[in-house]
Amino acid sequence: MNAWMKRCASLALLASLMALQGCATVKTADARDPWESMNRSVFQFNDVVDTVAIKPAAELYVKVLPGFVRKGVSNFLGNLGDVWSMANNALQLKGQATAETFMRINVNTFLGLGGLLDVATEMGLEKRKEDFGQTLGYWGVKPGPYVVLPLLGPSTLRDTLALPLDMRGDASQQFSDEATRNALTVTRVLDIRSGLLQTVDVVKAASLDPYTFVRDAFLQKRRNDIHDGNPPSTFDYGDGLSDPK
Amino acid sequence: MLFGQRPYSYFMLKTDTVLFLNRRHVLVAACAVSFLGASGLTMAADEAPDVFIQRIANETLNVIKADRALRSGDIGKIMQLVDTQLMPHVNFRRMTALATGPAWRNATPEQQKRLQDEFKTLLVRTYSGALSQITDQVVVVKPLRRGQDDKNLVVNTEVRGKGDPIQLDYRLEKTSGQGSGWMIFDLNVLGVWLVENYRNQFTKEINAGGIDALIASLAARNKSNTKAS
Repeated sequence: MNAWMKRCASLALLASLMALQGCATVKTADARDPWESMNRSVFQFNDVVDTVAIKPAAELYVKVLPGFVRKGVSNFLGNLGDVWSMANNALQLKGQATAETFMRINVNTFLGLGGLLDVATEMGLEKRKEDFGQTLGYWGVKPGPYVVLPLLGPSTLRDTLALPLDMRGDASQQFSDEATRNALTVTRVLDIRSGLLQTVDVVKAASLDPYTFVRDAFLQKRRNDIHDGNPPSTFDYGDGLSDPK
Repeated sequence: MLFGQRPYSYFMLKTDTVLFLNRRHVLVAACAVSFLGASGLTMAADEAPDVFIQRIANETLNVIKADRALRSGDIGKIMQLVDTQLMPHVNFRRMTALATGPAWRNATPEQQKRLQDEFKTLLVRTYSGALSQITDQVVVVKPLRRGQDDKNLVVNTEVRGKGDPIQLDYRLEKTSGQGSGWMIFDLNVLGVWLVENYRNQFTKEINAGGIDALIASLAARNKSNTKAS
């Protein structure tokens, strides 16, 4: 699965580069999204795959498994994910976050039945999710153009280049048995998608153009996460529109 | 009472809850506290912004928790809640104007009003689904960042309950004159500012067919949302 994901990533990268050359003439509305026409096609493709396969599978997952089991699965995968978060917290020289994430992993692994229970959060040790794209962003690497990856969804060029390392660093991919790795990947997809069942419906209902909505939200969210919740505002709130009334 | 910057802030809530808050860790101790009187409790015009947010968040949350019809998605009741609890504290005209961008100034008062109405319906209807998820959540207001401008000030909060905490931030302006106090003019859910997130979509509609096209497509969106629910 690892290899397969890698192939996907490199395919997407290749496609992006081709689009970069091919779409030079397409007029674009947003400077952050020069590959919009290709991105839109991939976005549509992903939406179809989601509608026919991933969403129904996630719905089935929710229907078949009781809540506490899904919560356990989610905690277990989250605990594995914390390992890579800790590494990235360390790479960003966030001492306290690194130490707390280290504690989280220990507490959850040993007191939380191998990660099935998230005891650490109850104790006040917050989850600090960080990936390598965020680490690059933290050190000043610009996001580059917006990219929609096949199956994996919204990303940026920077985050796409960071992806192979994120996959390698993922603790759930350290198991030597390939079947285990694949099972964990499938479970993670179900875990993530089942958590987003409502969100995706809300996005579809709330937007005039889902593609633009998702893109703008994703780019905002990444900036937010890189700045740990307080990015400097780039939006112009002046505009001569601030007449209070 | 101590608020904001001090490490051990201390909030007494309208209901029977006392929150002990330090920078990160929250212990919620249920504790019977004398009833402070309804929201009619006079609020000084110089109420601190984080106190203001904590107050209206708690008031709204309590109303929702007490009312099953709200949580089951009764859209009429939700609209009523929004109008009575939230809208008095929201400068929705400014919110809509900011989402619309420069074209707002060229719109007629009639167009501005219809735009506000449709936008409000869209927001209320789409986010009302979240109300069904409300059970035992508490809103934790984070310490106010120093050196912020009264005309554009962010209050960071977190909604905590089952699952991951939800980042919910408010952008406020201080108004003077009658009805003075803090007004919300933008909202951030999970790291995404609402106004900014609508600007591009609105601009696209306006470029295609002017303000009327934007109003029409918002109305169409609302109509199809009504049908779906």
